[in-house]
Amino acid sequence: MPPENASVAPQAERPAPSLRELFVGFLSVAVVAFGGVLPIARRAVVERYKWLDSDEFTELVALAQFLPGPNIVNLSIVIGSRFRGVPGAIAAFCGLTLAPAVIVILAGTLFARYSDVPAIADLMAGLAAGAAGLVISMAGRMGEVLWRRPSVQGLGIAAAAFVGIAVLGMPLLWVMLGLAPVSIALAWWAIR
Amino acid sequence: MNDDGVLGALALNFLVLSLLAVGGANAVLPEMHRQVVEVAGWMTNEQFAQTFALAQVVPGPNVLVVTLIGWHVAGFAGALVSTLAMCVPTCVLAYVVGGVWYRFRAAKWRRAIQAGLVPLTIGLIAASGFLLAEGAARSIPTALYTAVTVLALLFTRISPLWMLFGGGALGLLRLI
Repeated sequence: MPPENASVAPQAERPAPSLRELFVGFLSVAVVAFGGVLPIARRAVVERYKWLDSDEFTELVALAQFLPGPNIVNLSIVIGSRFRGVPGAIAAFCGLTLAPAVIVILAGTLFARYSDVPAIADLMAGLAAGAAGLVISMAGRMGEVLWRRPSVQGLGIAAAAFVGIAVLGMPLLWVMLGLAPVSIALAWWAIR
Repeated sequence: MNDDGVLGALALNFLVLSLLAVGGANAVLPEMHRQVVEVAGWMTNEQFAQTFALAQVVPGPNVLVVTLIGWHVAGFAGALVSTLAMCVPTCVLAYVVGGVWYRFRAAKWRRAIQAGLVPLTIGLIAASGFLLAEGAARSIPTALYTAVTVLALLFTRISPLWMLFGGGALGLLRLI
């Protein structure tokens, strides 16, 4: 059974977006999405275009986060394919990535040309300090689950992953292969 | 290494990374750093931290850091190959798994996988942030600005963009 049939059918009163609407919709999200695409995508998909209701959106975000690969790219694929199959997925993906890719390469070109100008190097050093803080705070926000309902296994797994990567400098593959089965097994026992 | 060799190495690197990127692109930054800076020697530590910052400042998905790394290493072809290697295989997976996953949403194995990956993801993203902060910290005030950013974003509703611009402005003024 093709995936788009197996998932929730879009409700009848809401017309499915066309390929062009999917492309333009994700393009409009991408070009204004500074420092985090997800909140902006939610506003567009749920509130402005009304392609999905809030619950459907949350369900698809959980899926996009579970799957490997960039979350927001996965989200564009599952939304695009739900409405228009493979062409829809491609339209949504291109809308999301084409314009930002061009912008980032232009910015990179400019930066590379002027990187020996001290002012540019200073600017980038300050930006990098802020960007690092952004990632740490993201881990903190996601980690609220662990603080609110602390469990030895949850904190232990998070700490082990942190130490393995940040302190011991181990390859990610080893850390994943070592910790993921343990963590999933612990979660399995916790569910019953 | 000739051009084909570099493009092949980029493709293989980001293909493997994308399949490990449970929790998004930020979860694999340390591995990306390890491969790009330590193993392949394509960039210095500072270049990596600044490339990441640049990808955060421009609008769009943060996976674009991969586009920039590819561009830095092998120009337009490098950017294209890296971006496609990072996105296409996982997109196919997302397309195929999309339907199956929804059908089994009440299944215990599905809930166990989903719940089990959460703490792992949090630890990996925290490690990414720590290593980025290390790369960005050129002085004590720079490291302090990272700490202030973390606190501001955790405890206020300020937009992350302001903290990025603030860092850029303070850096430009040579205050951090």
